[in-house]
Amino acid sequence: MTVAVVRFPGSLDHDSARRAVERLGARAEYAWHADGELPAETTAVLLPGGFSYGDHLRCGAIASRAPVMAAVRRHAEAGGRVVGICNGFQVLCEAGLLPGALRRNATLSFVCRQMDLEVADAETPWTGGLPSGAGLSIPIKNNEGAWYGDPAAARVVLRYGPDNPLGSTGRVAGIASPAGNVMGLMPHPEEACDPLLGSTDGGLVLSGLLGRAA
Amino acid sequence: MTQVVVTVMPKEGVLDPQGQAVQGALAQLGFAGVDGVRIGKRIELEIAGEDPEGQARAMCEQLLANALIEDFWVEVAA
Repeated sequence: MTVAVVRFPGSLDHDSARRAVERLGARAEYAWHADGELPAETTAVLLPGGFSYGDHLRCGAIASRAPVMAAVRRHAEAGGRVVGICNGFQVLCEAGLLPGALRRNATLSFVCRQMDLEVADAETPWTGGLPSGAGLSIPIKNNEGAWYGDPAAARVVLRYGPDNPLGSTGRVAGIASPAGNVMGLMPHPEEACDPLLGSTDGGLVLSGLLGRAA
Repeated sequence: MTQVVVTVMPKEGVLDPQGQAVQGALAQLGFAGVDGVRIGKRIELEIAGEDPEGQARAMCEQLLANALIEDFWVEVAA
């Protein structure tokens, strides 16, 4: 298993993502935004958090048109697993690989805190087999994390609790493609993989990277 | 070279927390009559070649605006 961790100018969380992937027992290989292809041995793709291209224009908008995204799209369309975390989620929405868009938080502030999430769809590979309604504790850290779209038209995998601090439509924290192989979420599972950080629930999300390619 | 001005605004009905915050600040300053504030962006393009307006529209559709949450207007400078 080799997870391609895609780096854009302004990506921040690729190192912690790499550590989290290696903790799951997989290999991690960096891919660069200007590459036309993913590393040859790639079995899954991770788009990490950060501020790609300085968040200019709209978060993720410029990164979603980078050359490497054509390769990510081919991987996804062939049924390969892809997860986008935070800025990576914004990139997947801007690329049209997931529905909706991420807007400025309703608080108008950067929100950085541990979050209680609930599993809304237990049938995707991204919740470690937990049943619907089960709880996960994973931190968020973002400024544009309010998902906007039609929750009925999206495959909602994870929701925030009733306080819904970012103002996300339908309390959406993470959504998947109809087939379930592409997943995007604002919380940071890679920061919840070590008991030292208070939760290892992030490993359940990232274990979705290890499954069968299609 | 033709100057083309693109205006991008949040769609009606899409929450604009930035506009709301500014509206609150204006009220604090004593501007009691402000019923709404919406904030967008203005993009000035210098375009060479044929059909600058058409080129600008294509740019909006492919990158400059997100049709899900934003409307755009294209204006060719006289």
